[in-house]
Amino acid sequence: MNYSTITLTVNDLVETVDVPQNMTLLQMIREKLSLTGTKNGCSAGECGACTVLMNGEPVNSCMVLAAECDGAEIVTVEGLAKGGKLTQLQDAIIKSGGVQCGFCTPGMLISATALLKRNAHPTDVEIREAIVGNLCRCTGYVRIVDAIKQTAK
Amino acid sequence: MINPHPGLPELQYVKPTSLAEASKFLAEHEGIARPFSGGTDNFVRLRDGVLKLDYLVDVKGLEGVHEISFDSKKGLTIGAAVNMNKVASNPEILRHYPNLAEAAQSVASYQLRNRATVIGNICNASPAGDTIGTCMVLGGVLRVHGIQGFRDVPLSSFFLAPGRTVLKPGDVVVSITLPVPPKGFVGTYKKLGRNIIGDLSIVGVTVMGFPSKDAPSGYQFRIALASVAPVPFEALKAEAVLSQKKITDEVITEAAESAMQAVTPIDDVRGSARYRKFMVRNLTREALTEVWKKLSK
Repeated sequence: MNYSTITLTVNDLVETVDVPQNMTLLQMIREKLSLTGTKNGCSAGECGACTVLMNGEPVNSCMVLAAECDGAEIVTVEGLAKGGKLTQLQDAIIKSGGVQCGFCTPGMLISATALLKRNAHPTDVEIREAIVGNLCRCTGYVRIVDAIKQTAK
Repeated sequence: MINPHPGLPELQYVKPTSLAEASKFLAEHEGIARPFSGGTDNFVRLRDGVLKLDYLVDVKGLEGVHEISFDSKKGLTIGAAVNMNKVASNPEILRHYPNLAEAAQSVASYQLRNRATVIGNICNASPAGDTIGTCMVLGGVLRVHGIQGFRDVPLSSFFLAPGRTVLKPGDVVVSITLPVPPKGFVGTYKKLGRNIIGDLSIVGVTVMGFPSKDAPSGYQFRIALASVAPVPFEALKAEAVLSQKKITDEVITEAAESAMQAVTPIDDVRGSARYRKFMVRNLTREALTEVWKKLSK
């Protein structure tokens, strides 16, 4: 197996990692950096449980090779809260009951964080479009959309 | 079958820094190396075992692949590494090619569109490719770099069969150029998925219409159909109907019927062949009516 040595920033920390060349960004985050907040769901770019920010934009980390990430800036769900304080969105999703089993939550938070960054006042349709790549089998989405709406206010 | 294992089969990642190097490497590793940019098609097929490779060749370091530019004479050029979200939100594209932005926007989800590219959509040669029809009706031409150097390949002669194109070992598609659209054109993309957004197309209908002095009806139309034949294609007979006869609701229906006659869909998990045929007719009629309403205003 061939390895690549990459240097990247993950949640504001600079990391240098040796990665097998077939390793995905998702595997690297979970297995090399032990950041297990990011989940593996479908491994096909459908469910969004593995969504992270790569250079400020959300991507499915199961669909990115770690070897491609040399020089990249990654933010995972662990990087959202600062100094032990949850973001407004994280607070809102807890309070509104937008978390049930919690498996989709990390990806959902990343997608919604990115949405609010590019569009501070999204409509209901824009919110639903932004999380179309994040499947949730528990909540029926209503409370998640509510949480995003509350944060946008 | 989706393989839920997070890993990819054993392979090597190669990132050439020049087109000459990329073409040489790909030609020397025929059948076991493939170019990729976003990986959204390749990775799924590698995991499923449908695609077997020893090397994934990243095109993102090559010259010209990040270009996205509009020139009032040459038209629009989109590089192989330009993702769908960039296409859907580019001000020049929204202004001059709004139908392309619409088609790009219809692909999968926001995070997938951050990786997926128009060139990848074309090179994957899926009959269902969402952006292919629009590139086709706009007369897209691919800039290909092979071991002999550059050549241009029109999209109309690019596809051979599902997943098969005229590309030869060593070829890398660098960009696509879409000529300046005809004056006063109106276009739309009607996509039928199992959901309103986020799904692959069961039927995809691209329509473009524009005023034309050469046509007896005063207008010319282009109609491209996806997911209803081995390759995306233009319904030429239906187009002819619309340029020959004065356009009325009846003539639009006739053209839609003709589009339906031109398709050869299959039954699959997303829809039956029969359903697809009827939906080609209905969506073509809907798209033509919508475009005609705006054109004749």
